[in-house]
Amino acid sequence: MNVYEFWHRYRRNRSAVIGLAILVCVLLMAIVAQIIFPGSPFALVGKPMTPPSLQFLLGTDTLGRDVLAGILHGSRTSLVIGLIATLVSVSVGTVVGGLAGYYGGRIDDALMRLTEFFQTIPNFLFAIVLVAIMTPSIESIVIAIAVVTWPAVARLVRGEFMALRNREFIQACTCIGMSDLRILVLHILPNCLAPIIVIGSLMVATAILVESGLSFLGLGDPNVMSWGYLVGAGRTVLRTAWWVCTFPGIAILLTVLGINLVGEGLNDALNPRLREP
Amino acid sequence: MSGEALLSIRDLHVCLPAHGDRGFAVEGLTVEVRRDEILCLVGESGSGKTLTGRAVMGLLPGPHVRAVAGEVQFGDEDLLQVSQQRLREIRGNEISMVFQEPMTALNPLMTIGAQIDELVEVHTELSAALRAKRAIEILNDVHLPDAERMLGAYPHELSGGQRQRAMIAMALILEPKLIIADEPTTALDVTTQAQILWLIKELQGTHHTGVLYITHDFGVVAEIAHRVAVMQMGKLVEVGTAEQILNAPTHPYTRALVAAVPSLAPRARRPIQSTQCVLEIRDLNKTFGSGGGLFSGKARTVHAVNNLSLRLCRGETLGVVGESGSGKSTVARLISRIINADSGSIMLGDVDISTLSRRELRPHRKRIQMVFQDPYGSLNPRYKVGRLIAEGMIVHGATSAAAYARADELLELVGLDASVARRFPHEFSGGQRQRIGVARALALDPDILVADEPVSALDVSVQAQVLDLLATIRERLNLSMLFITHDLRVAAQICDNIAVMHRGEVVEFGETATLFANPVHAYTQSLLAAVPGRDWVAPVFSD
Repeated sequence: MNVYEFWHRYRRNRSAVIGLAILVCVLLMAIVAQIIFPGSPFALVGKPMTPPSLQFLLGTDTLGRDVLAGILHGSRTSLVIGLIATLVSVSVGTVVGGLAGYYGGRIDDALMRLTEFFQTIPNFLFAIVLVAIMTPSIESIVIAIAVVTWPAVARLVRGEFMALRNREFIQACTCIGMSDLRILVLHILPNCLAPIIVIGSLMVATAILVESGLSFLGLGDPNVMSWGYLVGAGRTVLRTAWWVCTFPGIAILLTVLGINLVGEGLNDALNPRLREP
Repeated sequence: MSGEALLSIRDLHVCLPAHGDRGFAVEGLTVEVRRDEILCLVGESGSGKTLTGRAVMGLLPGPHVRAVAGEVQFGDEDLLQVSQQRLREIRGNEISMVFQEPMTALNPLMTIGAQIDELVEVHTELSAALRAKRAIEILNDVHLPDAERMLGAYPHELSGGQRQRAMIAMALILEPKLIIADEPTTALDVTTQAQILWLIKELQGTHHTGVLYITHDFGVVAEIAHRVAVMQMGKLVEVGTAEQILNAPTHPYTRALVAAVPSLAPRARRPIQSTQCVLEIRDLNKTFGSGGGLFSGKARTVHAVNNLSLRLCRGETLGVVGESGSGKSTVARLISRIINADSGSIMLGDVDISTLSRRELRPHRKRIQMVFQDPYGSLNPRYKVGRLIAEGMIVHGATSAAAYARADELLELVGLDASVARRFPHEFSGGQRQRIGVARALALDPDILVADEPVSALDVSVQAQVLDLLATIRERLNLSMLFITHDLRVAAQICDNIAVMHRGEVVEFGETATLFANPVHAYTQSLLAAVPGRDWVAPVFSD
């Protein structure tokens, strides 16, 4: 499947194209943040709780910080954390799930019990505990998100590897005398990239939500502006200064929606079972 | 036999979705099924035979695949024109259908009794007591043992043959005028197939129904057909009595098809090349277990291979034949060490490969190579053909350039153009892919080729070509071959010796000709007796 064919198939799903447009906007926001609002988004620039006006398009918060500057800078945090956490989580999940699915037996039992152990703890609470223990910072948040999300990837990848392991073309590789590593990396993995890409894209959305949740609770990195932090800061003045938490909330909503739509579009485009004849 | 027409299909056109390789799945088909006869609709895959059956039942997978022209006259109605309501009344009641795969055609959550009862309840006014009585009668008719108990059974509790009997019972219970049977025995073992064919023949005789029997197998045709219609690429090429079509076909395509059916008469024995033993299996055992975990209670085990011993000489082709579940494929996988044996030894020359670790095994791997059954599943769809063939050589230390050059040679050896190396597997037909699979197996210069049902998934004309290829290659390279098959006709054509497997054990072993002429073991006898069309000898054409 080449790029052109893929795009043709992706384009047929209109909501996926809308999702992609939203994502591109968020990406642009992250790029232009430093240009439009040079300096720290924590800087006090106006009177506290100024309603949206021409000077401050989205108003200012309880301390007089520009909400728009916060949202633009916050988009960088959200994207960076979403992408890196997903990357770590997908890598760990793929390795664990792949080994469990390919080797089966005791290795599978051991790795899957470990996976289930992580799955029995409620995701968000576990993340809170981890961040609280490690002291809040970008790194600790990324680690916490990766730790709570990899089991889902592991389970998916395990299923795919198990199904592929018994396919005749993999048995043919065994017959030829290839090493396990070569079979795993060169022959099985490329054949289950599609579902991994799809679950990865959806996990970016989860990661952004978890990060927002943590920041809302005050467990975000104190030196970095984020959407969750903005919502958290404005929640006490929701009735007097609605704009402080409404606009970052909308930003979270749209971004997560956009990522989910893209994920669904990728699923339709990459999953041969769902393709129309 | 010459009853009036029950179903007459005239100039039927079924269109295919746009951008396909052809516009019509069925094009201008005109054929009739008469009262009290079995008409066999024969063709290779893609001939449109199945869609013809579906078109009659109004079961085409629309909206892109639909009947666009022609008529299907049944009684005084055109089934392509009648309302959905009327079509529902006709289905099951006047025309019923038997599908290929009885497991998927039956609802797994309903008992056989409930499924039969539902059918009768929908179409008749009979009381519950009468319906139950009728159901038991019909199950007795299809010779299902212990009919009362069968009514309460779920589909998974029945064997494949029993399920197909239940399907036939459902097809017959409303005394339809016409039964459409779409490859009803293809998924069954040969002995079960023989029973089902006999049953269809018997019931057709007593109920005087018309049967449209769709199949690809000329053996089956020889067994049951009164008349035969042959289809190719959606068009009818020849129609006539079974006698005419089987013994004196006139159309070149029919002649080619009939000629491609492997004969049950074993080929003349090849001169023995050598008595040197290249592979000897002693007391091999393999048990598959399921369950047995912490909470799942007692483990269930199946003896897939039970104390098996075999000997393969240089240049010999040894056939391993048996039905599904006999353990023949397990033997292939044990020998190529895809799975590990529980006990016993596999002597490759003087090395016992059954006990080697994967690392120790690697240098010996290339001496045993395998050809797989499924031409679609045995090639990695992500890589080009050249790489698939060359990779084995690269893994074993060849340079990339040398490996790719050798891959080109091998492609020519198996009858393909070297240029195909730059294309992906999905661009090839089943037969071509199987050739690629053979080329890959030959890439490592093996001594032994293990072929696991290499032609079972192929059409009969392609099957003949691949068999010829294997025969040529084993001569040229002096290969020993372990040929696993369920098809005795194929075994007769290529094997020097045959081992018959039943429930994990070799029940009989002998030279092909001797074994076919004088089977000793009761199981071998029943296998040979069950080969469809065993009394029919395909004519030899001079052209």
